Formats: sequence, C-alpha cells, structure tokens
Amino acid sequence: MLAIWKREVQAYFYQPIAYVLIGLFFLVSSIFFTLGTVAGGYAEMNYLLSNVTFILIFVIPILTMRILTEDRKNGTEVLLVTSPASVTQIVLGKYLASFTVFLVMFASTLIYTAILYILGGKPEVPMLIGGYTGFLLLGACFTAIGVFASSLTESQIVSAIISFVFLLIVNLIDAIASFLGGFFAKVLDMFSLLSRYNDLNSGIFDITSIIYYLSFTAVFIFLTTRVIDKRRWSQG
Amino acid sequence: MVKIQNLTKYYGEIKAIEDVSFNVSKGEILGFLGPNGAGKTTTMNILTGYIPSTSGTVRVDGYEIMEEPREVKKRIGYMPELPPLYMDMTVTDFLDFCSALKEVDKKEWKSQKDDIMELVKITHVRHRLIRNLSKGYRQRVGLAQALVGAPDVLVLDEPTVGLDPKQIIEIRKLIKALGKNHTIILSSHILPEVSAVCERVVIINEGKIVAIDKPSELSKNLGDYSRFTMTIAGPEKKVKELLQQIYGVKYIEVQSNIKDDEYSYIIEADKDLDIRRPVFHKLAEVGYPILELKSLSLSLEDVFLQLTTEEKEVN
Repeated sequence: MLAIWKREVQAYFYQPIAYVLIGLFFLVSSIFFTLGTVAGGYAEMNYLLSNVTFILIFVIPILTMRILTEDRKNGTEVLLVTSPASVTQIVLGKYLASFTVFLVMFASTLIYTAILYILGGKPEVPMLIGGYTGFLLLGACFTAIGVFASSLTESQIVSAIISFVFLLIVNLIDAIASFLGGFFAKVLDMFSLLSRYNDLNSGIFDITSIIYYLSFTAVFIFLTTRVIDKRRWSQG
Repeated sequence: MVKIQNLTKYYGEIKAIEDVSFNVSKGEILGFLGPNGAGKTTTMNILTGYIPSTSGTVRVDGYEIMEEPREVKKRIGYMPELPPLYMDMTVTDFLDFCSALKEVDKKEWKSQKDDIMELVKITHVRHRLIRNLSKGYRQRVGLAQALVGAPDVLVLDEPTVGLDPKQIIEIRKLIKALGKNHTIILSSHILPEVSAVCERVVIINEGKIVAIDKPSELSKNLGDYSRFTMTIAGPEKKVKELLQQIYGVKYIEVQSNIKDDEYSYIIEADKDLDIRRPVFHKLAEVGYPILELKSLSLSLEDVFLQLTTEEKEVN
C-alpha cells in the first residue's frame, strides 16, 4: 500500500498536473481571500472555505481522473493485482495519493489564516477549527467519489465527467431536497454532504457529522474495490 | 510445483477454457502452445491470480490461489503479453517500486537489483524513462519486473512477441538460463520457439488441452504412419511394384527423377512397422541400390496443425 501511495504521489508531482491544480486552487482561494475576507474586513476564514469548496467540484475530478483508469489502459493493473497486495490495499494506496495532493491544497489555505492573524484579525478559534475540519472531511469524501468514478471506466475524460456530475449533484442536493420537500427531502438529506459541512463551518462540532463523512468515504472506497473485483470476475 | 486441476472459465456465456489440467515440476520449462484465442492468456491470468476461475484449482507450492492468494502471488513472477510498465518512471525507480510492491526484503533487493539488471542487460539504460525505451528494452524491463524478488515460478506470456530476430534469440537464451533456477511456464504461438526452449509442451485449442508431451515425442507419436524419403537407383515402375509388395507400406509417391534411373520416393507405412530392413532386402535381391534413406518425422508445426484442425473437423 505504501509503495503504491509513494509511486502515485511521485507521479502527480513528476507531471505538471499536481502543480497546475494546486496553482489553480491557490489562485482562486487567494481571490476569495483578497476580495472577500480582506476587502470585506471579515476576521474569519469560513467565508473563504465555504467558497472554495465549490472549486473542488472542478479540481477533484481532474485530480482523480487518471488514478485508476491509467492502470487499466496501460496494463499495469495486472502488475498491481498479481502482487501480494490486496485490492483494498491497492485502492487505499491510490486514494491516499490523491488525498495527499488535496492535503497540499488544504495546507495552502493555512497561509491565509496566518495572514489574517498578521493583519490583526482575531478569528473565533472554534469556528476556525470547525471550518478546517469540515473542509478536510469534505475533501476526503470528494476524493473518494473521484477515485470511485475512475474505477468505472478506462477513459480519463469519462471518469472526470462522471465525478464532476456526481459532485455537482452532491452540491445541489440541498436545493433539490428543499424543492421537493416531505419524504424525498428526508431521503436526499441523507446524501447531503454540504448541510453537515455548513454545520461544522459554523463551529457546530457534531460527532455524528464527522462519523458521517468518514463512513461516506469508507463506503466509496469499498465500492471501488467491489467494482475492480467485479470486473476481475466478469472479464479478462 | 504448479498443479492445475480442471480449470474452467466462462466470460458470461462464452467458454474461454474448459477442464484444463496439467502439472509443472520444479525447475521445468513448460511451453504453453496454441493458436491465438485458444485460452493461453486466460489460463495464465488465472494461474497468476489476476482473474478468478469459474471452477477448478491452481496450487503453487501447495498453496491454493483462491484460498491463499498472497502466498501464491509471492511465489510467482508474471510477465503479461503487454509488459506492465509505468511509462513515467525510470527503470530503477520502476524496479524499486516493484520490489516494494512485492514486499521484497530491502536488503535482499539491494543484492538482487544489479544482478537482475545485468541478467536482462538493462544496466546501461537504468536511468532512462521507460517511455523513451524501445520495444525490446521495454520487454526486458517487463522480464526484470517478473524476476524481482526471485520468485520460484515465472509465468511468461508470449515473451518474444514484437521483437526482432536477434532480440528473440537473446530472450530465448535468457529464458533457458533462467530455467536453471526457476520453474517457467511460457506461452507462445510460435512453434520453433517452444521446441527450442521448452522441455515439455502443452497444446491448447479452443480452450481445451489437446496434447501434453516433450516436443520430440509429440512429433514422433503423432500421425498414424511413419514417413520416409528414399532415393533408389532402378526403373521407376519396377521399384514401385517391389515396394508395394512389402508388408506395411501404405503409400508410395515418386517425388522426383534425380538423374537417369535414380528416383526419389516418399513412402508412408504403418507406424508400428519398421519397413527399412525389408525394403533393403527386397531391393538388394534384384540389385537396385538404395542411395539415400531418411525418416521424416513430423515437425512440431505439422503436429500442431493436425491437432488444432482435427478439432475443427469434429465440430
């Protein structure tokens, strides 16, 4: 698992992709920070964080689109599957590699918090911690969705589109739920990543939200291993 | 070392292989032969644990692939038809990755690494990106990858496909050398390759095993008759008549007139009868000397065609 993680992280940084994505993310978040937080005079990070989650809808699909598709296309899947590593270990290694790149993006936002303090802002600590925890967990879930999408196809583009659509739906699910109302709203709310995020971002620390995010991630990683196993059974 | 029993694999409705069974003993080089689409790759994929079988068992060193996949996978080095390479890595980085993936002890790997690269002759390209290597070198890196961790069993799927003749000879030599320390299962649809390298051959056609034997035995035992070419000095008609009288002769054909009254013949006779002596005596009686006599054994090619086309006729 560690070997796969290491290789994939290296692959991200040997190629321009990680730099481009991190750069893009950094650019957009700096715009929000400058125009929103600083110019608006808000001594908090939550405005920025809730806005940049939107960027993740674009960034995560590109980040994860090649993670499993490439192995199928180049035939390296054979190498991984016939090694002593289990499918779960393979998927976890891949997932953690993508998540590591996300962590770098995440870390870049800490700079703004530092700047905020330097500028003399005194953000509320619980809100700060809540906001960052929520952002981290949301990233974990989004990455899991992206990795899952890349297990479904051999094409990077198709993989990116699937995860993009998936993430878009996740982002719109609250709006759809409130439009439908009643029973459907309750069902859809079970899949609402953002409503829980908003809670955390407001500094409401609810252990159930954290468990929710972690299990959401675990379920998608599990589904990914199932997809790979299923394909091994059905085709060569 | 490797025991395969009643292996069957369906892809949905399509039967890829049926009831495939064979054993490979330690240190043996086994050739796995068949036309394209016969089920060679499917068998190898199952044996290496890449895909599960529909039914049947594979045991390597006593471990069953479905029950203890880790133990089996540790003991097998697999080189698929398309070498599984990460194009964005250098040769050494890639091999280091493989050693970590295969959980090879770090110290052990250090001692192996140079030897493996030396063996497959990739030492001088070790710092180059695999993307920039030629097909022949990629194939060698693929082979090096299978050797990582010194597995007991090597499974090589068409290792010489797409190489130039010089490289093919080199790879064959290499495989022969590897056969001293490894059990090797090698697939191919190229017959001379198998007869050059392998000690035993499994011929598979349309998913079923049609023959298992040594290459030399295969060509000897197959076919219902033995064939000879003879050059005999003497009038064609008379010689033919005399030959026909010999017990066991089934078919005589004049191949060519060499000069004056020297003719060469092709003679087919019952497999169990050695007609050479009776032919000699018969012709000696009348004073027609035999100038040349040669037994024609079926080439592996003939055997292969016979086995794989007979099947079709039955269907």
